[in-house]
Amino acid sequence: MRAILEEPMSENKLPAELINFINEWKDKQGNLIMVLHRVQEHFGYIPREIAFEVAELLNTPVAKIYGVITFYHLFKLTKPGRNQIAVCMGTACYLKGGEDIILEIERQLGVGLNTVTPDGEFSVEAVRCIGCCGLAPVMTVNGEVFGSVKTAQLKKILEQTRGK
Amino acid sequence: MAYKNYILVCAGTACESNKGKALYEALEKEIKSAGVETEVQLVKTGCFGFCEQGPMVKILPDESFYVKVGPKDAHEIIAEHIVKGRKVERLLYKENKPDGDPRSNDISFYRKQLRIVLRNCAVINPEIIDEYIARDGYAALEKALFDMTPDQVVNEIVESGLRGRGGAGFPTGRKWLFTKNTTADQKYIVCNADEGDPGAYMDRSVLEGDPHSVLEAMSIAGYTVGASKGFIYIRAEYPLAIDRLNTAMAQAREYGLLGNKILGTDFSFDIEIRLGAGAFVCGEETALLASIEGKRGMPVPRPPFPAVKGLWGKPTVINNVETYANIPVILLKGAKWFNSIGTETSKGTKVFALTGKINNSGLIEVPMGTTLRDIIYDIGGGIANGKKFKAAQTGGPSGGCITPAFLDTPIDYETLQSIGSMMGSGGMIVMDEDDCMVDVTKFYLDFTVDESCGKCAPCRIGGRTCYNILDRISKGQGKPDDLQKLKDIGHAMRKASLCGLGQTAPNPFMSTMKYFEEEYRAHIEDRKCPAGKCKELLSYTIDEAACVGCTACARKCPVACISGTVKKPHTIDQSKCIKCGQCFTACKFDAVKKG
Ligand SMILES: Cc1cc2nc3c(=O)[nH]c(=O)nc-3n(C[C@H](O)[C@H](O)[C@H](O)COP(=O)(O)O)c2cc1C
Ligand code: SF4
Ligand code: SF4
Ligand code: FES
Repeated sequence: MRAILEEPMSENKLPAELINFINEWKDKQGNLIMVLHRVQEHFGYIPREIAFEVAELLNTPVAKIYGVITFYHLFKLTKPGRNQIAVCMGTACYLKGGEDIILEIERQLGVGLNTVTPDGEFSVEAVRCIGCCGLAPVMTVNGEVFGSVKTAQLKKILEQTRGK
Repeated sequence: MAYKNYILVCAGTACESNKGKALYEALEKEIKSAGVETEVQLVKTGCFGFCEQGPMVKILPDESFYVKVGPKDAHEIIAEHIVKGRKVERLLYKENKPDGDPRSNDISFYRKQLRIVLRNCAVINPEIIDEYIARDGYAALEKALFDMTPDQVVNEIVESGLRGRGGAGFPTGRKWLFTKNTTADQKYIVCNADEGDPGAYMDRSVLEGDPHSVLEAMSIAGYTVGASKGFIYIRAEYPLAIDRLNTAMAQAREYGLLGNKILGTDFSFDIEIRLGAGAFVCGEETALLASIEGKRGMPVPRPPFPAVKGLWGKPTVINNVETYANIPVILLKGAKWFNSIGTETSKGTKVFALTGKINNSGLIEVPMGTTLRDIIYDIGGGIANGKKFKAAQTGGPSGGCITPAFLDTPIDYETLQSIGSMMGSGGMIVMDEDDCMVDVTKFYLDFTVDESCGKCAPCRIGGRTCYNILDRISKGQGKPDDLQKLKDIGHAMRKASLCGLGQTAPNPFMSTMKYFEEEYRAHIEDRKCPAGKCKELLSYTIDEAACVGCTACARKCPVACISGTVKKPHTIDQSKCIKCGQCFTACKFDAVKKG
């Protein structure tokens, strides 16, 4: 819960399209997770003041919303880097050296997992199987899949991405 | 149909991400510029299964099978093969046998497979409902609605012997019967597409390659048990599958095959998609239902089972994607046909995601009762790089390993259980001599500890304690009684955990301790990792006598800890070495030693 307190209030507000989306889902049972997905798709994470707005619109306690956000790995409370790198640590990728990929990326960027580089350019996370196990080890950069990755390729991949 | 040739292009996630999309577009362009639009039909299909060789292109009717095709090959394929009728030799898949160039269904990767669940994958365009209908799609639903009573349908499924493909293997017909026999004002049909096992992608491929088969089966289930509403709970990590499902649902509604008064009858049934959000425990059925309700995905004790009291307290049929994909075929071809395939207790086929240290990595479907030897050596083409087979892991983080001693055991639900593994959802990960069983087990425990919902103590605390023990063993700090401790805690977790996640979390170490006790002991007693995998027990050194001073290693070392001048022996600064092994691979003179 610490992240909630520390995060500064920003200028985030729900845009009209999201409000429409929420109103559409409002009367459907079990709508909260679908709404949070949509919010995260828009902002890249779930900003605190948006969570409050969602609570109001859905008539749900904020505590319940944070209970759900913190339970599911996919929901983020802090803003990710401009370029998001995900390295697969599913079993097939692990066996084929996924961990070495992570170590090398961490070394090159100088930050650990789930942290944003100081210039805001990159964030790296480990994910569980993206279903391309035949191409292991696999990583994605902003959703684009790279298969059979070798540590020697990483420098180039990062350089190509930087500043994009 | 009037086309002379059909070009099938794989558009599954693996191929699509591997420039498959650009390939499709390039082929499209080449067809236009060659002016052969009226002669060839380009078809975007689901996964061919042979992911290792992707992107793939198959040309009908002559069944030429082109592999590792890039956008730049499009011109040659159209100009040579389609226009001039000459095969593009260099792209043809060749097996290591004298006559080379086999027809695609004759390739050993496919020969021992039997495709029931994957019947339409890589055959039809999953985004066009007519192609599904042309292959008897929705004929089973029509048959159920017009020619069969719900009782007859459920009997057929019971007779077929179909068991759940999500892991536990519960008889599907009996499950439906429970829900059917419970009276309620509302019932639900749920499809479990959470596919949490890391390293498995069977369900994803079915949804991407043949989404209508699942929709059709859910409607049949709805008709059978008296439900009018269905939910597909799918991982948010599968965007392509979600897209294809949405397209398929819209088309089915348009054709009157989903929604109000299906095919003009009084039966109405509709489906909604709900997304997961990255929690493995949500694959467990009670947690999944809680998640659909928009809550934290925590399991609740069973009974009551969902079949009687499920979603929002109503009777709910919950089945796995692959289970559903079997249903339409069973209704069309009959229970007798289905239960003639497989073994005494396990009928039909099973789809496996064959991955790891295997030559032909990919998605396969085999009759129950196929042996591991057939899968690994015939279909999988053996272990990669000529290494030795050590074990195959099935059942993911809930499963165990199959050792070389069981290569000839027919695989079904019961035999796998009897050797300490389980069928699981279909992940099959092949390991070779370079893989350390302690390391792999630790990997699985790390996963389950991370994914435990924390609701019950045996799983939450027991899992963590076992992980810590495995961690210290892998670092050479194991204690003599560690193996006994793991066994004791493992037994307690199996008995006392609330849900399947905690109950099965000990399986990976229970199984590997049984078959690879020596390897554990080497870590504990000799502080050695025989496979050379556990980094803390490993060091790289340079043999001065063998080193010619070529500097290959020093140039590769990412932390620059190898020193030495040209043509003089090099040395490694052990305090800085991160044990990445790059020097070991770089040295052409075997001067870098691992040990
Ligand atoms: C921890 C855990 C994870 C599970 N994950 C999945 C899954 O990803 N997919 C699935 O179909 N079943 C999964 N199951 C099994 C389901 O609880 C349930 O048995 C299944 O959906 C029933 O469908 P079936 O009878 O068609 O197999 C999981 C069970 C447990 C205990
Ligand atoms: S066994 Fe683990 S995952 Fe299942 S309820 Fe208990 S703590 Fe949660
Ligand atoms: S193992 Fe890696 S870090 Fe260590 S000396 Fe060799 S190349 Fe350098
Ligand atoms: S294990 Fe990495 S993609 Fe499946």
